Amino acid sequence: MSGGPRWDRRRVLRTGAAAFGGAGAGWSGSALVANGSATAAPADGRTPVVGPSAGAETVPVVGTHQPGVDTAPQAHLALVGWSLRAGTDGTGLIRMMRLLSDDAARLATGTAALADTEPELAAHPARLTVTFGFGPRVLRELVPAARRPGLTDLPPFGRDRLDPRWGQTDVVAQICCDDPTTLAHARRMLVKDARTFAEVRWIQAGFRTARGTVPDGTTMRNLMGQVDGTVNPAPAEPDFAPLVWAEGDGGDGGFAGGTFLVVRRIRMQLEKWDRVDRVGREVVVGRRLDTGAPLTGEREFDEPDFAATDRFGFPVIDPASHIARARSADPGERFLRRAYNYTEPDPARSSGEDSGLVFLAFAADPARQFVPVQRRLDQLDRLNDWVVTIGSAVYAVPPAAPPGGYVGQQLLEGIESVTTGESSPS
Amino acid sequence: MKKHLCVAALTAALLPAFTACGGSDDARDAAPATTTDATDATGSPTAGAAGATDLSVTDPWVKAAPDGMTAAFGTLANDGTDDLTVVSAHTAAATSTELHETVENEDGSMAMRPKEGGFVIPAGGSLTLEPGGDHLMLMGLSAPVEPGTTLTLTLTLGDGSTATVEATVKAFDGADEQYQNGGEH
Repeated sequence: MSGGPRWDRRRVLRTGAAAFGGAGAGWSGSALVANGSATAAPADGRTPVVGPSAGAETVPVVGTHQPGVDTAPQAHLALVGWSLRAGTDGTGLIRMMRLLSDDAARLATGTAALADTEPELAAHPARLTVTFGFGPRVLRELVPAARRPGLTDLPPFGRDRLDPRWGQTDVVAQICCDDPTTLAHARRMLVKDARTFAEVRWIQAGFRTARGTVPDGTTMRNLMGQVDGTVNPAPAEPDFAPLVWAEGDGGDGGFAGGTFLVVRRIRMQLEKWDRVDRVGREVVVGRRLDTGAPLTGEREFDEPDFAATDRFGFPVIDPASHIARARSADPGERFLRRAYNYTEPDPARSSGEDSGLVFLAFAADPARQFVPVQRRLDQLDRLNDWVVTIGSAVYAVPPAAPPGGYVGQQLLEGIESVTTGESSPS
Repeated sequence: MKKHLCVAALTAALLPAFTACGGSDDARDAAPATTTDATDATGSPTAGAAGATDLSVTDPWVKAAPDGMTAAFGTLANDGTDDLTVVSAHTAAATSTELHETVENEDGSMAMRPKEGGFVIPAGGSLTLEPGGDHLMLMGLSAPVEPGTTLTLTLTLGDGSTATVEATVKAFDGADEQYQNGGEH
């Protein structure tokens, strides 16, 4: 199962992680298990910690990018969407982002936030990252045209069944962490400090496999059981930067190092999926369930052969399958996926749950990279019989906070405010 | 003795001001703010002579309030070899600023009252001003104290030297203890 390409890719991922400051580099899950099994339990009965504690790992901010985009996905997600209160103007948003940026910077290093009422809950950062974004209305109304990133709402898609409950918001924070308690604390701290200026519209919780359960770099599985996210640019690949990071979008270069975030809340109709056998499930996606390999290949990262036919002359990979429809001959129609599974209790459904995917995609230009792919899937994708998008939003993700400044300062106050160190008086 | 945490490098977004900040034993503290650094970054702090040069204030913050009274907190550290005493505090945002301690009343309830003799920061040690404990009380606010802004406080030491602090204003639900002579803040 661990063929050459798979491990080559993992090495690439490790190298990438090291280049971004060491988070995620180093010990592997398998090494941990081996060491742990060889170590006798101490007399007090506690489980010995082998290797560096996952709770102590931090993700530093490197260069011009906010963390949480090229960061190997952490185990847990809290995506918080805020609507600005009626009285919150540009000055109010500046104040809010100052407070929230400071909270994020402290908590990411395992330091309590200022006026933190539960400082002990900040002690184990567990790769905590907070990534902020601004919705189209904020850009239109609070960012001058001269430095406004080119972001528009997504076009309507015919198969979407959007619930306003999960709709567009003014501000978003993608909070990710390997530990759910640390995550909950960070979320609470940020919401507390934002509430003067904004009200929470939604919080989308998500999860992946727990840290250490599978080797770092393993492609996630979604709740339909599929290996999900195989075709995804890795930070160490040369294509990654142009696909993900915006250049000087906005005119004055104040958005350089930023990106755009597409949020799609995709509900899975698992009750219906339960009726589909394994062969049917593999045809729908075009990949094997066990390895994630394309139906024409052996290993996960084998290139699918869409021209291959079976002994009856039919394509091995159904042209209406998910991977066939998602694939583009245009290498520009790719983006970074960073999705999380979600499950909410829902007694109204026979399964007792509302489950799916918080689909998060980062792209330098969503209209160019994401929209064409989503249009094809909207027109035809066998998977559509079992999934439906119920929430949709887009955000401009500013570059990292400038030294001494806050996230969004380049947009809200201009790049001059960064170079001179003169934030507007409050 | 409380450990002196100097997190200026991590919290630059809020421009906390320091008069001095040395002697940190925290590994995260890669770039302790010094008088010079802080002055360059913010242009605001000023330190008088003598004792104030040994005083550093970490994580100063003020509870937001629309009017009336509020309180300021933070950690005062003394890097010198002599004890320091903060004898008074001042801000233009309030008509008066007092040094308060929190004490237990005869009925067991907690109340705050002016601290006799000021805040003493022992040589090489620190004093934490926090909700439920010692704090600076700002009375007669001249304008709303709004979250995300900063408020300038001047601390005067026993030798007459002064230290200026830029404190971050935060919304905070706690710190509503009773003032001993009646009102809340």
